[in-house]
Amino acid sequence: MKSHAVLAAGFLKDAGRARWHDEALWYVREKRDRLVRSVPGWEELRDTAHAIKRHALANLSSYLEEFERNAAARGAVVHYAADAGEHNRMILDILRARGARLLAKSKSMLTEECGLNDFLESNGVEVVETDLGERIIQFARERPSHIVMPAIHKKKEEVGEIFHRHLGTAAGESDPTALTRAARVHLREKFLAAPAGLSGVNFAVAETGAIIICTNEGNADLVTSLPDVHIAVMGVEKLIPRSRDLSVFLRLLARSATGQPVTAYTSHLLGPRPGQEMHIVIVDNGRSDILKSARFHRAAFCLRCAACLNTCPVFRRSGGHTYNYVIPGPIGTILAPHRDLKKYKDMPFASSLCGSCSAVCPVKIDIHRQIVLWRNEIVEAGYLGRVKSAVLKTATAVMRNARIFTAAGALGRRALRLAPRFFYNNRLTIWGKTRDLPQLPARSFRSQYKAYRKTGKAGESRD
Amino acid sequence: MAAVRVLDRLGVEFEYPPDQTCCGQPMFNSGCFRDAAKLAQKILKTFRGYDHVVCPSGSCTGMIREYYDLLLEEEKDDPDFRRLVTRTHELCEFIIDVLGIETWAGSFPHKVGLHQSCHGLRGLGLGVPSELAASGRTGKVRKLLESLGGLELVTLSRSDECCGFGGTFSVFEPDVSSFMGLDRLADHERAGAEIIASYDVSCLMHLEGLIRRRKKPLRVMHIAEILDGASA
Repeated sequence: MKSHAVLAAGFLKDAGRARWHDEALWYVREKRDRLVRSVPGWEELRDTAHAIKRHALANLSSYLEEFERNAAARGAVVHYAADAGEHNRMILDILRARGARLLAKSKSMLTEECGLNDFLESNGVEVVETDLGERIIQFARERPSHIVMPAIHKKKEEVGEIFHRHLGTAAGESDPTALTRAARVHLREKFLAAPAGLSGVNFAVAETGAIIICTNEGNADLVTSLPDVHIAVMGVEKLIPRSRDLSVFLRLLARSATGQPVTAYTSHLLGPRPGQEMHIVIVDNGRSDILKSARFHRAAFCLRCAACLNTCPVFRRSGGHTYNYVIPGPIGTILAPHRDLKKYKDMPFASSLCGSCSAVCPVKIDIHRQIVLWRNEIVEAGYLGRVKSAVLKTATAVMRNARIFTAAGALGRRALRLAPRFFYNNRLTIWGKTRDLPQLPARSFRSQYKAYRKTGKAGESRD
Repeated sequence: MAAVRVLDRLGVEFEYPPDQTCCGQPMFNSGCFRDAAKLAQKILKTFRGYDHVVCPSGSCTGMIREYYDLLLEEEKDDPDFRRLVTRTHELCEFIIDVLGIETWAGSFPHKVGLHQSCHGLRGLGLGVPSELAASGRTGKVRKLLESLGGLELVTLSRSDECCGFGGTFSVFEPDVSSFMGLDRLADHERAGAEIIASYDVSCLMHLEGLIRRRKKPLRVMHIAEILDGASA
């Protein structure tokens, strides 16, 4: 498995494309900024959302019971899956019991996390993603590169080519409206033919047993209402206590995610429609472990809005496929190590720690701080690598003693002065591949300062 | 030495304790908390007994203020430690918040781009981060620079994008790091800046390295050098 640094270097080889990717996401970030400034008390809303999440997750078991009771009273069947495997098997069992061999699906990062599509396909169920972006990457046999804009890495010409191959659109057709129309016609057939539909869940309300799904394309409404069986899947963290809490989260979600005041569709599902079966699968898959962790429990507050991806200067310039975990970017970086610290040990280092992620997070997760703490976990587990550890250990030893530190500085200054320029500014070193070293003053600060104390003169200004 | 001259000009009684080395940030940011803690101990020992610690670097200041609590847990009740983590200030912050000086006499007739280094911006609040809904406020450092005669602060298209240095990030992820730096330079060039100014030497070292390799007509200056260089 290639590390983020290696994959990102590959991504950046096409500088034009990298800038296009950066600009596309920055556009969303700016849209977000404009909208949040128009909401009075935005920062207080974030605090409130954080407090609600903290409370709900600290009292999870009682809210789960309350939700189950209320959802069941409305005619839904609630299932609990401990992990991805159980989640996948449960869904297959529900489909098999009804003889369903075609599943229409709206967007769900949880099913990506669980690897549901591959599992169902290998068990003879055709899965059709009905979110446009998801359908594009499903045709391309890729994974989402972004949480809410899964095909953001594809240019419209590439989408045209994919649709030409799979949907028979005209060769060279890349007009977004024409392509969307073609997808619409194709997906209508699937909506009408599918005996079962599967959706994700944005919020589940304990006091009413309702699930809330936010989309822009309306596909979730078709997936949840047309088929005779609707399966909704959700992580345990989607639970909120009361309906009124939605007034906080719905104001935060779309603004943070895409810079819209609200998603085009916000559907509140209170039980199945008459004659329909509704299953709600509540999945843990490691979430209780996150909640138990003192250092990292806030990661479980995440709404999957992807604001941290859009703002991340590293994500914008490396793309979602350079992160090896299914959830990319800053939030993926603090979720992946819970899954497998060794396997994803490169991810916490794919950050300049600028902190913008934490500043946009609508539920105020301390993302960049958790990234540093994960680096520490990696070091303590012995996964940093021998060379890096040794360099940092030596530097520490030198810097623990001011005299040795001063001597090392003097030696370095002399070496840099005497050595020919190409010796230190060559392209073989990691720094020198793109950057020169700074021009060092002939005398150290220490010796200049000493002279200043002796003479009272601090030398001349540079300008 | 610009910082020394600035403090001199302000009439502050100060000294440079020769025993100091590094705050431990490179180790901390790499996850080597044990190594960082050894250097944090040394900083604590070196700076015992001072009223304030002034540091011409936002990220080192941020390291001490934000993260020393994580490293030196057993010292958390030591009054000297509390003083260190609450009274360590970045230079501009010291001038503005502690000395209460918000304007600087003198002129500096140049077009300057203010690079708001991330730790100072979001960690210390030296500016107003663009993510926050707090529009209308002006950052502290911006205010100080704007008070200089003749100085024109250029408008960047991204007011506080990270330059990509990120400590050891610059060598762990050199390609992304350099790409970010070049984007930062391009933004300053488009805005017509002659000088990129910052309160963090490390960002400037990274940006200067990229400028010199490409022989761009830009230069970098620490804010202390600008304050010091402003002719009265």
